[in-house]
Amino acid sequence: MNSISGSEALLESLIHEGVDTIFGYPGGQAIPIYDALYDYKDRLNHILVRHEQGATHAAQGYARVSGKVGVTLVTSGPGVANTITGIADAMMDSTPIVVIAGQVPDNLLGTDAFQEVDVIGVTQPISKWAYQVRSADEIAWAVARAFYIASTGRPGPVVLDVTKTAQSGKVAYQPHKITYIRSYIPKPDWEPERIAQAAALINQAEKPFAIVGQGVILGNAESELLAFLRKADIPAATTMLGLSALSSDEPLNTGMLGMHGNIAPNLKTNECDVLIAIGMRFDDRVTGDLTQYAKQAKIIHFDIDLAEINKNVTVDVPVIGDAKETLVEVGKLLNPNQHTAWRESFKPHWERERQVVIQKELHSKEGPLRMGEVVHKVSQAVGNKAIVVTDVGQNQMMGVRYFSYGQTRSVVTSGGLGTEGFGLPAAMGAKIGAPDRTVCLFVGDGGLQMTIQELGTIMQSKIDVKIILLNNNYLGMVRQWQELFWHERYSHTELQNPDFLKIAEAYHIPGRSVSTRDELDAAIREMTSMKGAYFLEANVENKGMVYPMVPAGTAVTNIILGDE
Amino acid sequence: MNNMEKKTLYTVTIFSENTVGLLNQVTIIFARRGLNIETLSVSPSAISGIHKFTITTFTDKAMITKVVKQIDKRVDIVKSYYNTDEDLVFQEIALYKLATNKLLEMGSIEDIIRRYNARILDMTETWTVLEKTGHYDETQALFKELSEKIGVLQFIRSGRVAITKSKVERLSDMLAAMEAKLNRDKSV
Ligand SMILES: Cc1ncc(C[n+]2csc(CCOP(=O)(O)OP(=O)(O)O)c2C)c(N)n1
Ligand SMILES: [Mg+2]
Repeated sequence: MNSISGSEALLESLIHEGVDTIFGYPGGQAIPIYDALYDYKDRLNHILVRHEQGATHAAQGYARVSGKVGVTLVTSGPGVANTITGIADAMMDSTPIVVIAGQVPDNLLGTDAFQEVDVIGVTQPISKWAYQVRSADEIAWAVARAFYIASTGRPGPVVLDVTKTAQSGKVAYQPHKITYIRSYIPKPDWEPERIAQAAALINQAEKPFAIVGQGVILGNAESELLAFLRKADIPAATTMLGLSALSSDEPLNTGMLGMHGNIAPNLKTNECDVLIAIGMRFDDRVTGDLTQYAKQAKIIHFDIDLAEINKNVTVDVPVIGDAKETLVEVGKLLNPNQHTAWRESFKPHWERERQVVIQKELHSKEGPLRMGEVVHKVSQAVGNKAIVVTDVGQNQMMGVRYFSYGQTRSVVTSGGLGTEGFGLPAAMGAKIGAPDRTVCLFVGDGGLQMTIQELGTIMQSKIDVKIILLNNNYLGMVRQWQELFWHERYSHTELQNPDFLKIAEAYHIPGRSVSTRDELDAAIREMTSMKGAYFLEANVENKGMVYPMVPAGTAVTNIILGDE
Repeated sequence: MNNMEKKTLYTVTIFSENTVGLLNQVTIIFARRGLNIETLSVSPSAISGIHKFTITTFTDKAMITKVVKQIDKRVDIVKSYYNTDEDLVFQEIALYKLATNKLLEMGSIEDIIRRYNARILDMTETWTVLEKTGHYDETQALFKELSEKIGVLQFIRSGRVAITKSKVERLSDMLAAMEAKLNRDKSV
């Protein structure tokens, strides 16, 4: 067999794992890999980003919409240091990505060599697995292991720190596949007694309520979930990351949970008699004050990750295992049921939210544009097969609240880490991961400027993302907290902004800046009629507020709605 | 220290693959939860290729359960569990370096050795090394007595090593179960 370089072995191994897209940025300690890439142009589409953070978020966006592993390739030292935010974000949100970083040659390791960073030391706490590859023969094994770990069980980021020695060494390459690691149990077996206990609890319940997280999407268990809910007529709500596991018009879908979720599901959490948590992790943004969370209910927790059981909320019945299987197993034992009165009892709360919050947000005829109406109009224009990507802040909450979801994997947003700057690069990755779907990004004026250089990537790689800037000239979400809880002392949250449209224009991205409802409608029409990237700046109410709101650390029933 | 008194000393046993950087992965989980590691001992286990960590820490049951699960979750950790002292047979080993002349002058050395079940490990004209294995209070009591009587030149105590009293060898059972599952999965 011919021997090839470690760098070629790396690319062969990626292809062997089904990779066709890499988001990356070169540098001294990754040149051998980039040199090899030169001959793989036909098989590996390398997207050249403008900052390595962007490469990781793009890989995340790609992974979230496609279900495949996103791949990032960067150089050592500053290159890999720039990926830390993306790795941490992927860890929090269980996103399968593999970050491949160049590293100094073996003989320089540990010497504070030029552009050396202790990558393993830095990334171990924020990755599912981090491994230093020091020789070319290890590459096929390490890549196989990386993809297996990133994509199985509860997915997450894996870091491969590949020394220049490994990149340049020779190896008799043989494709490798890993499907088993003895110290790693990605899918724990479900326990029949727990399945029976869960079903018995649900069968006895008069007011069952299901709360659904991203685990259902990651486990491709959407149709199993729907069958489960329908059989026993169980109303459900989703976390922010669980959005689109159920479509927006599904009658059993009662909305979104959490700090800026809907009134009904938050209140009903503290009224139900059996709370059925599925693939969600009781994050504090969902539960509020744990001492006042669902105390009246028996709690069932479906999860694939044993460490999530009893971590935040002590549960009555843990159902460990893959939700795609456990939902079916519990479902078999469920009695067909009707909970009409219970389901109906959600409706007045929805009516109230419509009257007090939504009407004003979506249908104001006067005054400045509001974020909600921009999102709503864009969503109506692009249809419910589109993907929504958001940045972080008010734009995020408005984006996810007022977009409509018609199919799964339609939401890409930074949940656990809440990373400002996530949106623009994640939207690029989402478009590349789902080329047939429209991708709409809602981003704030603050967050856009954290990764705005990726407009260059969008230009160069001709990525068709619809960028909707919700410009309030404030770090709006922080300003909202200052208004509500810090006596309107707007400490460092007002921004003096550039002419964003000129920036877009400099990158040859067409767009419009709008301030009135007529202008908005016209710009949306133009945006949807054009192929390719578009930049829509909506100048919105400066001091808009996101309601409803459950203030941090208070009970989920403590919902503030603004002026009523 | 005050609230430490309300807490229990847990012994965490961890079996892992023998890969670089694992100790780091384990200790950061304790650090994130603000737990002090009291003792630590790492060595190859009875099963070839698998390392065993024994770590003690003061905490409560809810916390130790979470910590052990988070350790177990790391890819290269084979198995992790916790015990309290009642479930374990355990020892620490302590070495005491003493001035030989003072030791001889003291006269009661044989009595001390007998009472503490210690032994002389090495002796020269100038220094003598005593060894004692036992629980923390026992090695500490000897240290105190020697310090008061003749002074201790150097003192070192190992981390705890422990063996469970239960009959089952959990790790080998688990490995066997995993192999069985693998074969079952392969056959379908
Ligand atoms: C990297 C990072 N830094 C700081 C924050 C804290 N933060 C959360 S939302 C927000 C305001 C974002 O402002 P903008 O992007 O304009 O969005 P808006 O809330 O106005 O829609 C800030 C500063 C964060 N989430 N991420
Ligand atoms: Mg803003």
